[in-house]
Amino acid sequence: MSQATTDALLEVEDLRVAFAVGGREIRAVDGVSYRVEPGQTLAIIGESGSGKTVGCRAIMGLLPAAAMISGSARLRGSELIGLSDAQLRKHRGSDLAMVFQDPARSLNPTMRVGAQITEAIRTHRKLGKPQAKAEAVELLRLVRIPAPDRRFHEYPHQLSGGMRQRVMIAIALACRPKLLIADEATTALDVTTQAQIMELMLELQAELGMSLLFISHDLGLAASYADEVVVMYAGKIVEQAPAGKLFGAGGTVRMRYTRALLDAIPHIERAAHTELPVVSGRPPDPADLPPGCSFAPRCAHAADDCLAKAPALAEHSPGHSWACWHPCENGVAP
Amino acid sequence: MSTETAADDKRPLLSVRDLVQEFVVREGGGTRAGVVQAVSGVSFDIRPGETLGIVGETGSGKSTLARAILQSPRPKSGTVSFRGSELTRLRGRQLLAARRNLQFVFQDPFGSLDPKWQVRSIIEEPLIAYAAGDRQARRKRVDELLDLVGLDPARYAKRHPRELSGGQAQRIAIARAVALEPDLLICDEAVSSLDVLIQAQVLNLFEKLRRELGLSYLFIAHDLALVKQVSDRVGVMYLGKFCEVGPGESVYRQPLHPYTRALLDSIPSTEPGAGRKTTTLRGEPPSPVSPPSGCRFRTRCPRAADRCAAEVPEPRELFPGHQVACHFPLTEPADPAAAAQATATHTTATAPG
Repeated sequence: MSQATTDALLEVEDLRVAFAVGGREIRAVDGVSYRVEPGQTLAIIGESGSGKTVGCRAIMGLLPAAAMISGSARLRGSELIGLSDAQLRKHRGSDLAMVFQDPARSLNPTMRVGAQITEAIRTHRKLGKPQAKAEAVELLRLVRIPAPDRRFHEYPHQLSGGMRQRVMIAIALACRPKLLIADEATTALDVTTQAQIMELMLELQAELGMSLLFISHDLGLAASYADEVVVMYAGKIVEQAPAGKLFGAGGTVRMRYTRALLDAIPHIERAAHTELPVVSGRPPDPADLPPGCSFAPRCAHAADDCLAKAPALAEHSPGHSWACWHPCENGVAP
Repeated sequence: MSTETAADDKRPLLSVRDLVQEFVVREGGGTRAGVVQAVSGVSFDIRPGETLGIVGETGSGKSTLARAILQSPRPKSGTVSFRGSELTRLRGRQLLAARRNLQFVFQDPFGSLDPKWQVRSIIEEPLIAYAAGDRQARRKRVDELLDLVGLDPARYAKRHPRELSGGQAQRIAIARAVALEPDLLICDEAVSSLDVLIQAQVLNLFEKLRRELGLSYLFIAHDLALVKQVSDRVGVMYLGKFCEVGPGESVYRQPLHPYTRALLDSIPSTEPGAGRKTTTLRGEPPSPVSPPSGCRFRTRCPRAADRCAAEVPEPRELFPGHQVACHFPLTEPADPAAAAQATATHTTATAPG
């Protein structure tokens, strides 16, 4: 892991983000490292407050100035952390683009969608209005919006949630980014629409040769669509592996928290009215993290060593890293 | 059956018949632009202690259906009989009295809790409104309720909603909803906004209340697996109509409607790469202002034929308690040409077991 090769598209190393709130330091992201290879789909999974969104916003330069960011995030070898806003803007849109959870709030309600896409194109590329318009219609077609010429002139409120998210993706793709970050981009959508948007993103990824980094709370989504999965808890990565090593027939989840997440998802195979395996409590206060493993207070298998010392994330088997003193054997929680 | 009490037990708790809800949409100047047919003739029963789950996409009318049952707003036509009284005919005080046994939990817990009130007052409000006990008794009841939903009264009773997490706030909303020991709890996406670990806790709480209080539920959600988890029977809604209703096991193991099949196929599975099968439903639901003629699903249905445009499919019971409204349900050949090939499927599908 340490022999940093330069062929990674995005290389994040020891990223830390802290906020000072009322005199207390809140460590939202606490030493996170991962790589996104060209053409790869990486999923970052975690509950609200796990630091998954804050980490990605730090890379995009979208955090308030009060955020204390350290570590490194290199996009094709060039450092993003510490860049000025103007420098970052060159990357945003052209190399890096982001799609957010709520398309209704990300779009301007008073502007026609076509104008919003055209604006994104002309911000980054020197194109005349007619060319930009043609390009925008092309983008609407690319994200499989039916009748793009007509939709171009519509307002966001005239579109369904799924259509609005397609428009957001069209805007994100305006300058053909190398990396698309999707932050809970399908969470607000119906299952059928979610499947359509996920498949659209994977198709576009293959068509345009992008990498995709998607952030979600849904482990099922990661299993179905990601190549590589990163699980975060209380600001740290607690498990990381290719999806095939975690899920399905040959897969084994090792970290207790990942196991708990997986077990808590209702399955259609489960009989009705059965009790779901639950973990009590909730994630720790980021300003008052326990000295040992952050998950220990909620973990049924926590022993004295878990409470005393935090396990480091280590590659225990090729490509599969986890941070746990007493991992699950063969993926099953005894 | 021989005695009157036994017959009473068989009587449904809630009986909804031909419920229709429509909204007029107007253009800028106030001219009538069309009528949204949000709920178009829905009928079902919920027996005491039973949970009926309703799944459907955004715009399928499932939330409108829930509100029409509560008479807020009142449905355009149809009947809603709850514990023997016809809610559509009740007014004012009588309606309030009937609703005491019919409570509601919404999706956004913070939107339904007054931010300026303490948790204690929030849970106590329905007790005051329905004059249930004196101050002392109410206090005790609030403590019991907090206990029931797994929150320590000493720690939580004095808090304000902003001092609660999403899961805790939803527990408070549930405590308030069950304060008067209702018979039926309508949950509209009640756990959809919660993180999966908290969601599991709340689902277990619903299960506990079902066991301990004999509560019935109308459980509305877009997540099929979630609905399966809590429901005895499941109804699948599309554009204001039920396309399939039946026992949960039966509907999920052997969906009869192509739409149900498509919904089941859209669930992300925990199999690696399972999502890349591109068999998902194409397109989006048509506008409820002008739903397609005949079967409302036909415009997205892979099995649609001429008959589907001409004739509205009526619900048919193909398996015990399992109804489908489809001309070509999945147990039958899609069209005559495919008949020979599909006969095999038909035989295996209807085999006992």
